Amino acid sequence: MTNPTTASGTENTTTGSPAGSTPTGGWPLWEVFIRSKRGLSHVHAGSLHAADARMALANARDLYTRRSEGVSLWVVPSEQITASEPDSKDSYFEPAADKVYRHPTFYTRAEGVPHL
Amino acid sequence: MSTETNPTPETAAAQAAGHAPQAYETVEPTPPVQPAARGMPTVGDELEVDPLLPGAGVPLTATITSVPSEDVAGYALMLGDDALITAQRLGELVAKGPELEEDIALTNIALDQLGAARMFLQYAGRGLDTTEDELAYFRDEAEFRSCALVEQPNGDFGQTIAKVLLTSLYQQLLYRGLLDSSDEFLAAVAAKSIKEVDYHVEHASMWTVRLGDGTEESHRRMQAGLEMMWPYVDELFDDSPCTDLIDSGVAVSAAGLREEFDARLVEILETATLSLPEIPAARGQGRFGLHSPHLGYILAEMQVLARQHPGATW
Repeated sequence: MTNPTTASGTENTTTGSPAGSTPTGGWPLWEVFIRSKRGLSHVHAGSLHAADARMALANARDLYTRRSEGVSLWVVPSEQITASEPDSKDSYFEPAADKVYRHPTFYTRAEGVPHL
Repeated sequence: MSTETNPTPETAAAQAAGHAPQAYETVEPTPPVQPAARGMPTVGDELEVDPLLPGAGVPLTATITSVPSEDVAGYALMLGDDALITAQRLGELVAKGPELEEDIALTNIALDQLGAARMFLQYAGRGLDTTEDELAYFRDEAEFRSCALVEQPNGDFGQTIAKVLLTSLYQQLLYRGLLDSSDEFLAAVAAKSIKEVDYHVEHASMWTVRLGDGTEESHRRMQAGLEMMWPYVDELFDDSPCTDLIDSGVAVSAAGLREEFDARLVEILETATLSLPEIPAARGQGRFGLHSPHLGYILAEMQVLARQHPGATW
């Protein structure tokens, strides 16, 4: 196989494969989210390659639930995920750091309010 | 390592615990529950099949309360051999799968089959007064009771998927029937294995549909793979090796499963735009110890290490 696929490949395989490589080099990348038995939300577990959605689910079951990691699987094509740029981390997240008034604990309850 | 500066485990335990170093003695088998040593089934009061617990260090073993008769042990051996040879054949695909994800999928299927094989062989060993390891590693070809289908080579991906599809579909129906077996242990093993086999069938049929209803090349190869495996299907549904056990309710009448097998298979093949092969059946005598040349090579690879170093552990 000339196309090096990895289960948790973050590299873009299309740049790595030479022109005219094996047809299976066309499998898109999917991100896998798993919810564990005790969990409330699906947590990102890794990524894999698959031809379509059902195969992606089957592959996720084979790759990411070997050790009882979870009871529910989501797979999303990686292209569908829009992520924030690491460079704009400062402008996106730092301004929220010094705005104390956005936390409920900032406020004291007035005397005459029994149930708030 | 100098034994003067480093205390032996016995003395260290004695120093630490202040009493006799019992932790490192070999455990004598005492009733009612004895630990599993090298695949020997334990004897206990409860009938249960223990799952493999992560980090527990307990080998997959089963607490068996009954001793099967020689007939039933032979039947368990038959089921176990099918699963064992399937596992061994799929194990040849480790690091050779077409894609990483598929490599893991097929070898996971092999591991599931191996788990079922272990349980069947342990049970058979109980009835034949031997261990699963003895049965797996020290039997010759003529003593194996596997069918010809599971011995077939993996070939290309279409052939592998065809083999997995036919084997797992057969096993799914067989285990479903075994749930009603009058033998408790076989029913328990079937109950555990059916969940695994359900996934094997799903996986193989997903691939069959995608390959069949895919490109011209994949359709051709999938059809060819199916036709290569077709001569060995009839043997699966031959009841002659276990008629007595069928009458007593222990075994499942495989002939009675054929109709549903065909119906399910036709359903999958139609979606895959493949056609049911019309190829005459090979004469299979695998249940009676007469195997194709393939089995010799499979066993050579599987047994060589154990036979060169019998009793080795690590």
